[in-house]
Amino acid sequence: MTEALLAIDRLSRSFGGLKAVQNVSLSVREGSLSALIGPNGAGKTTLFALMSGFLKPDSGSVRFAGQDITGREPHRNALLGMTRTFQIVKPFAAQTVRENIAVGVHLHERSRGAALQRAEQVAHQVGLAPQLDKPASDLTVAGRKRLELARALAAQPRLLLLDEVLAGLNPQEIAEMMPVVRGIADSGVTVLMIEHVMQAVMHLAEHVWVLAQGQLIAQGSPAEVTSNDKVVEAYLGHGTAARLRKAAAP
Amino acid sequence: MSGARLSAQGARQLAGIALFALAVACLPLVTTSGAALNFVMMALYATLLAQAWNILGGFGGQFSFGHALFFGTGAYIQAIAQLQGGFNAWLALPMAVGGSAAVGLFVGALSFRYGLKGSYFALVTLAFAEVFRIVALSVSFTGGGVGLMVPLRESVANMQFATRAGYLWLVLAFVVAALLVTWWLRNSRYGAYLQAVRDNEDAARAVGVNPFRIKLAAIGLSGAFMGAAGAFYVQVFQYIDPAIAYGSVTSVEALVAAIVGGMGTLWGPVLGAVVLHVLADLTRNLFGELPGINMVIYGVVLVLIVIFLPRGIGGIGLSVRELWAGKGRRHD
Amino acid sequence: MFDPGILFSSVLNGLTTGAVYALIALGLTLIYGVLHIINFAHGACLMLALYAVYFLKERLGIDPYLALPLVVAAMFVFGYALQRIVINRAGHGKDENILLATLGIAIVLENLALLFFKSDTRNIDTAYSLSTVAIGPAMIAVPKLVAFAGALVVSALLFWVMGRTDLGRAIRAVAKEKEGAKLMGIDVDHVYAMSFGIGLACLGAAACFLLPAYYVNPQVGSGFVLVAFTIVVLGGMGSFVGALVGGFLVGVVESLGGLYLGESLGQIGIFAIFIGVVLFRPQGMFGARA
Repeated sequence: MTEALLAIDRLSRSFGGLKAVQNVSLSVREGSLSALIGPNGAGKTTLFALMSGFLKPDSGSVRFAGQDITGREPHRNALLGMTRTFQIVKPFAAQTVRENIAVGVHLHERSRGAALQRAEQVAHQVGLAPQLDKPASDLTVAGRKRLELARALAAQPRLLLLDEVLAGLNPQEIAEMMPVVRGIADSGVTVLMIEHVMQAVMHLAEHVWVLAQGQLIAQGSPAEVTSNDKVVEAYLGHGTAARLRKAAAP
Repeated sequence: MSGARLSAQGARQLAGIALFALAVACLPLVTTSGAALNFVMMALYATLLAQAWNILGGFGGQFSFGHALFFGTGAYIQAIAQLQGGFNAWLALPMAVGGSAAVGLFVGALSFRYGLKGSYFALVTLAFAEVFRIVALSVSFTGGGVGLMVPLRESVANMQFATRAGYLWLVLAFVVAALLVTWWLRNSRYGAYLQAVRDNEDAARAVGVNPFRIKLAAIGLSGAFMGAAGAFYVQVFQYIDPAIAYGSVTSVEALVAAIVGGMGTLWGPVLGAVVLHVLADLTRNLFGELPGINMVIYGVVLVLIVIFLPRGIGGIGLSVRELWAGKGRRHD
Repeated sequence: MFDPGILFSSVLNGLTTGAVYALIALGLTLIYGVLHIINFAHGACLMLALYAVYFLKERLGIDPYLALPLVVAAMFVFGYALQRIVINRAGHGKDENILLATLGIAIVLENLALLFFKSDTRNIDTAYSLSTVAIGPAMIAVPKLVAFAGALVVSALLFWVMGRTDLGRAIRAVAKEKEGAKLMGIDVDHVYAMSFGIGLACLGAAACFLLPAYYVNPQVGSGFVLVAFTIVVLGGMGSFVGALVGGFLVGVVESLGGLYLGESLGQIGIFAIFIGVVLFRPQGMFGARA
């Protein structure tokens, strides 16, 4: 059996007294499009930070592409093939869309000219072509999300960690963005997304993990997970599952 | 240079640099006025300071308040190598440049290793400059408070020129070198990485940029050019002391000129240095040799620029647009 | 290495200097804690206050200690105006801009002083300038003792204002949670300016205590800037207790450093502390922020 692309084993991280992530283990199959969901404050973004190297775990390990990368710097992980986007977008505001994306391209491309050209192609892929030479600060929220995505994609990752790439988008924008994510996955990139927008999770994800209060409380297909009592309770409170069933009963 | 892009814009910029170099180089051929040549020479010297600061501050986003640290080190090495080492001035030059680059790498390694940014970094550079100043005051081989004098031995072989023209060409060479390096920052992968680190370090890290190495290279480059300026100063004025070497005047000159002209641009430092130099000269003509008047002007200009034109004169188009769009004040 | 009497004297002197340093640092801490500004102009403003005290004595014959209320009030008004009119407009949402603005102000003040007052070092003569008091084996100059006591009194006053008055509460509210304070109806701009004013008022008091035992020239400001910052980072950015303790510590270090290494080399001790703290323990002794 082939090793998973990303495998985390009993990862834990506390901040002072707060246990942000507790003993989380999961493995991401290469080529999959999966999701990490959970109520706010569950520790999802912390988990991303631990995976990508922005935070060092207190205990546990992270294996990626067959190597132990626990605690390694993000830029080294990017070189190995793991890039991420941020929940609060981080554009290079003073630079143009093309220049922004080019920074991602440069991971595997030394030549400036070639990088700028390839940036144009990536921009087409995410639908940012018309804005190529505008400064990033001119983009709308949706545009910035696409830019964030494009830049991470430009680095030719094997694994792309998307942190709430749909947050702050209106329904139209979400409908436009979802095929983009699907397209990326179809092109061979493994995608793990943190998402709150349930329609996206249901439509896109093959496999879902649910995090609540730093712990993994459920996993499975989207249908399995959303009908799981524990998951419902994590979002809606203790006893809700039973109440809902009672209300639905004739 | 692998990685450098020769686009239409890039080629235009290179042509501009060549034109600039040619035009200024021909100046001594069209005028023999000592005053005019001296003016241009000092303007170029100010430009070099601003360009050096611009590499780390404008492109790298790391504001140093003690850039004189590298200037003074270069100056002292240039002087000491000749006086105590018996080296020829031209041999001393690479030592001065190398030495100040090394100091840059040292300060950078310490600061960036421990993640110093913003105000803390600015203060630490200032602290280092002060430490070096005090050491220079107290130690004998720097001549202590009396300073060092490089004896007059006019000859090209000694990097001492009979006319201002020679010095002008010398500093022009440094300025053109700095222009080329700045051009490279605008048109290369390294430059893209440096600006990425400036604009958002985390985002840069996420796509494979190693901020420590990138910033370290920038401070080394910046230090090298300041060192060249220091060596130049010693050759022109034949004198150096702790106050001139490590004092705040040079640090301020470099910083203000770069900001006024427009940080992170190719011609910004040139513009800023020239504007300030002209302003200083005008002031001297109007008010005479008043101690401190230059610095007062620099300070006022700095405050005004920060309030009204944060992108500097060179970025005037952008800053006006931003102001118009109402992206003005925001606390904190 | 040195006889205990000299050591004791040095430490005592360091403590008296340290008290004034603490007062200076308290002003800086207040400004940083509330406005999150690193006030580069702090030293230059102190220099300004010192000149004010000097001229009040030389031209109007007013004794520095009597001039205290006047100078403190004047510095407060100056600080309030400076923040409201200049610094507030420089922000544009970026910390670096404010840093540069305060640097610019420092440069302007320092060189205006150079322009108008020339670079001569000046000091004042008062009836008690040269009197000393014996404490154990040490002879401490009276002005330094008064400085020590005065600085402690003013610091206590500051603590009282911050802890017990409505203004103090408003300031602390804004420092902690600006948006929330705004929602509570607190005029944040006004609070910012008040804090800056109080910060400079501390400098006014410090100047009155400092001048009788010290001197003034246009460059003294820059000498104090790094010392003040060293204290603030040593004590912990935003910590009043830290500023107080840090002030005493730095005062003693400076004094001992001067004793063992000589006047100018002794200064290096302070910069070494600054660099060391900033690199290896940026939160200082009592600071919450890293």
